Amino acid sequence: MSTTSWKTEVDEVIKRRRKSKEALLPCLEAIQEVSSYIPQEAVSYLRENLDVPSIDIYGVITFYGMLTTKEQGKYAIRLCNSLPCDLNSSKEMLKVIEEELDIKAGEISSDKKFTLEVVPCLGLCDKAPAMMINDKIYENLTEETAKKIIAELKG
Amino acid sequence: MEKILTQNIDKPNSQDIKVYLDGGGYKALEKALSMKPEEVIAEVQKSGLVGRGGAAFPVGLKWSFTRREHTEPKFIICNADEGEPGTFKDRIILKNDPHLFLEALIIGGYAIGASQGFVYIRGEYYREIEVVEKAVEQAKEKGYLGDNILGSGFSFTIQVYKGAGAYVCGEETALIESMEGNRGAPDCRPPFPAQSGFLGKPTAVNNVETLANITAIITKGGDWYSKIGSPDSPGPKLFCLSGQVNKPGVYELPLGITLRELIENYGGGVRGEFKAVLPGGVSSSLLTDLNVKLDYKSVAKAGSMLGSAAVIVINKDTSIIDVAKNTVEFFAHESCGKCSICREGTRRGREILSRFANGGGRAEELDLMLELGEVMYDTACCGLGQAAMNVPVSAITLFRDEFDQKVRK
Repeated sequence: MSTTSWKTEVDEVIKRRRKSKEALLPCLEAIQEVSSYIPQEAVSYLRENLDVPSIDIYGVITFYGMLTTKEQGKYAIRLCNSLPCDLNSSKEMLKVIEEELDIKAGEISSDKKFTLEVVPCLGLCDKAPAMMINDKIYENLTEETAKKIIAELKG
Repeated sequence: MEKILTQNIDKPNSQDIKVYLDGGGYKALEKALSMKPEEVIAEVQKSGLVGRGGAAFPVGLKWSFTRREHTEPKFIICNADEGEPGTFKDRIILKNDPHLFLEALIIGGYAIGASQGFVYIRGEYYREIEVVEKAVEQAKEKGYLGDNILGSGFSFTIQVYKGAGAYVCGEETALIESMEGNRGAPDCRPPFPAQSGFLGKPTAVNNVETLANITAIITKGGDWYSKIGSPDSPGPKLFCLSGQVNKPGVYELPLGITLRELIENYGGGVRGEFKAVLPGGVSSSLLTDLNVKLDYKSVAKAGSMLGSAAVIVINKDTSIIDVAKNTVEFFAHESCGKCSICREGTRRGREILSRFANGGGRAEELDLMLELGEVMYDTACCGLGQAAMNVPVSAITLFRDEFDQKVRK
């Protein structure tokens, strides 16, 4: 999670996409992936290196659900609440996960291990209710499996 | 019916170019490159293929609009930003048969006169992004991408763009804004992307499933294709079945089958007792008649919209108010905020429906919701705002009793 690791990635993206506004989103995505959030130094770095004003960079960050300036837990849980999941008890899953982690949706656990977010459709509607933890998919959740998944990650 | 869109997905290693080539892959590209670009477009026009992303615009026409522009360079974009709740059809092609639509993207590039193509994939599709990036590399190695493809003199490259979690970016002008490094807010049209798209240049934007039809059309001809399914809207369609149904999944079937056939013969029937269905995701209106045929015209005639064919089944144990509330919460979250009618309308809708869901509804607000739906349909700049009230409006129209019971006493 060091500063240098996202810098390397960003430089790589700028080299590939050249210094342009079109490189902004790929750069932000790279930082998000490496650091799990977009720190202020990264915004300053992009401002200098892409020649895009900070206000535009923050505008883009706040527009997209997968980008954030808030530090994320080691495990970022994204539980879908769109209609097909909602019709298949995703609300109950949310309750179970909130209880297991003792945090509410939108919060980070005190040990910074978990963040929990309720998100729109993940495209897993035939396996509802579904969630993603980082880039991993968990489908056809039940109260039991949800509890088990969280317990395993808690270690 | 012979499968077109899902013809390869059950083969082992179907995503590999070797398997694709063994099945006759990239032969359509070879054929297209031996034709004139205008002939390729004419064949697609003959097929009657319309866009499968939701708007159902004729593909041949879109390509011909882009072709006839004189500005250079031109671009073609594959829209893989599938995000309509209930839609998960493009995912199976992206993951299992990437060359099917990549080949079509190259053909499309040749047809409109573009030398650069893009695939814009939603960021949550991690695995699919990897598969498509690898497929692009493989196509490059085999000479289907790059300079002077198959000795034709035509050169074409493909770049993959990742979305970052914004439903509205599936709208083509928003998608282009996003690729340009901006917030993904849709632009008012005209000008259409065919005249002024990515970086202000003529751009064709086609959905993954739309493109997946192209190789069959080039290989077997537009006439052959136009005879599949319903004459009004020919071709196969990927139906995404979800909600309270026994066997949810993606089914490739000809357009024109009835809701009942889809749900009973393929979906294993409703889980519980049938109440209502959304034929085109949360942007469409509720239907209660299972005899409606699933093609663009028939669904529109029944008062709804086929859209991306995300068929969401709802049973009698479910409160229709909760359904309406869920969909408006979605749109309130995803509204880009550019048009005040959409930004404010979705929020007011959410407030009103929350009151009903909690048993504190105000009777006079039901008619207000209907009016809000009309105003948003008439005045919002893009499809999101225009369609955001479809579920609540149809819920109030079809199930007014349920709402009346939740009026504050």
